Amino acid sequence: MELLNHLALGFSVALTPVNLLYALTGALLGTLIGVLPGIGPVATIAMLLPTTFTLEPVSALIMLAGIYYGAQYGGSTTSILLNMPGETSSAVTCLDGYQMARQGNAGAALSVAALGSFFAGCVATIMIATVAVPLSEFALNFGPAEYCSLMVLGLVGSVVLAHGSLLKAFAMVILGLLLGIVGTDVGTGTARFVFGIPELADGIGVVSVAMGLFGFAEIISNLESTEKREILTSKLGGMWPTRAQFRQSWPAVLRGTGLGSVLGLFPGGGAMLASFASYALEKKVADDPTRFGKGAIEGVAGPESANNAGAQSSFIPLLTLGIPENAVMALMVGAMTIHSIQPGPQVMTTNPALFWGLIASMWVGNLMLVVLNLPLIGMWIKLLHVPYRVLYPAILLFCAIGVYTTSNATFDVMQTAFFGLIGVLFVKLACEPAPLLLGFVLGPMLEENLRRAMLLARGNALVFVKRPLSLAMLSLAVILLLLIILPHFRKTREQAFRETDS
Amino acid sequence: MPTIRHPKDFFAGLLFAAVGAGAIVISTRYTLGTASHMGPGYFPRMLGLLLGVLGVVLSLRALRLRGEPFAAWKWRPTIVVLGSVVLFGAIVTPLGLVLSTIILIVLSSAASAEFRPREAVVASVLLAAVVVGVFVYGLHLQLPIWPGTK
Repeated sequence: MELLNHLALGFSVALTPVNLLYALTGALLGTLIGVLPGIGPVATIAMLLPTTFTLEPVSALIMLAGIYYGAQYGGSTTSILLNMPGETSSAVTCLDGYQMARQGNAGAALSVAALGSFFAGCVATIMIATVAVPLSEFALNFGPAEYCSLMVLGLVGSVVLAHGSLLKAFAMVILGLLLGIVGTDVGTGTARFVFGIPELADGIGVVSVAMGLFGFAEIISNLESTEKREILTSKLGGMWPTRAQFRQSWPAVLRGTGLGSVLGLFPGGGAMLASFASYALEKKVADDPTRFGKGAIEGVAGPESANNAGAQSSFIPLLTLGIPENAVMALMVGAMTIHSIQPGPQVMTTNPALFWGLIASMWVGNLMLVVLNLPLIGMWIKLLHVPYRVLYPAILLFCAIGVYTTSNATFDVMQTAFFGLIGVLFVKLACEPAPLLLGFVLGPMLEENLRRAMLLARGNALVFVKRPLSLAMLSLAVILLLLIILPHFRKTREQAFRETDS
Repeated sequence: MPTIRHPKDFFAGLLFAAVGAGAIVISTRYTLGTASHMGPGYFPRMLGLLLGVLGVVLSLRALRLRGEPFAAWKWRPTIVVLGSVVLFGAIVTPLGLVLSTIILIVLSSAASAEFRPREAVVASVLLAAVVVGVFVYGLHLQLPIWPGTK
């Protein structure tokens, strides 16, 4: 019954006209950037962070969350019609979705993707609402040692799940942690790594790092390549899946939802991991795996449900433990801090309207997204016809305004451009930026908790293995690492990424 | 003389090693403290050491593992895109949103191989109207619209 009361409170917040408007804005923007290749939720959320300053905190979070799960809906459209992922989390959808489109089944692929996502979104919302209370209560027992180990686990997770070389991903995490501690040390007031630049005393802005590495670098790399893309819109086919297609899809949707909801909870997880894993699972359980890659509808239904479930359930660690587990959640921490909300288990009790309002808005947002993505699909297809040469300057403009308005300072823009340059360098060196962003956000938190834990333990580092919870989390981190070093798992991981890269 | 077989890893390693070493050198200026009372220099030195070691290992491994060569760095997109954004940041307050938007759009469009000047100008004017509407009137951000209005 308590759950119903919570949800009632949540809906009373989410259904106010203002918050409905922001949920719609988030869903629209999310679909938009999901459809458009070359701009992802990380860059978009970074771009909009400064503008949310004037909003109510709950409205701001509702909109930003909408962008993330909205992008999961939009991303499938581009994958299916263009054979090019609108979002990385829809990359696997290209494999069978585009084949379906070529066979004149694009309509069915699109509606299965949207309906699967909606189902997954509903399940994930209910799951967040049910596990949030016990998890938060559990997390209230965490001391600094547990928090440290949890963050280490999160960072290890992001390394294991990053594309490409493990060593590089590790180095990127450390680099991120180092960037995170630039600025004035909270404990002593010492200015660290500021190189005499007064603006750096407050630290590097998360907006600059995210937008430079994810926004600008992406645009520049796109401009360097001159690939041509072909849009298959002439034969959408019927929008409704046939009875046979429906029968094939729904078990895949169920499996994808389950897998996505669980994987979203894991550090480093979220939409992308969920969709990859779901595709692999569908291929494994299928009677005839050779159909995959040739337009198997399960290959669309599973991953598209999984990525939406994963996107939403990745909010759970943030909302209950205060630990972001992927780059988007790292930015949500930024959004909460702008409004001076310290993410953590106490949010639910100190700010119940915000907490439950955000959760309820996810269900509302998903409902809006089905409407936005099915009847209005034609509008998004038109958007795909806008050439990139017109699109990217507009994206740049919104980015530039977004950064500038963080503090109305030219310095922020220059700082972002600097990270853009670094981002291009990372692309050239094949270094994945997501672990860096996570390290960057966790840097100050990790240091603070490490100091506190060591102070409480009088300098004895064994405290991390003496406390059972902390030990459990560290062991999990070690197991993750071992798994990846073991040859078998390593091969599967490399294969999973290769399939979608090609 | 060993050869670099994996240039991407090799140079990434060098970069990490250099940043790690730099972090250690700079943080010697901050108090180290003890394990129970960590000073501001403790954590950065730990990180610097880790990053340095990772970098060296990565570079050394690159002498043995084989990898793709570098893709050529085409400088035009990098310079034009980042340059026009920095310029925007510098001129938006003195010149106002409208003019800076037009300048940013037209300049940055030139980064594309398919640059069409007339299209860029038209797009820039339309976008200027959109951003003024959205950011100044819609979101009430403190941005001047025309030169000298602030």
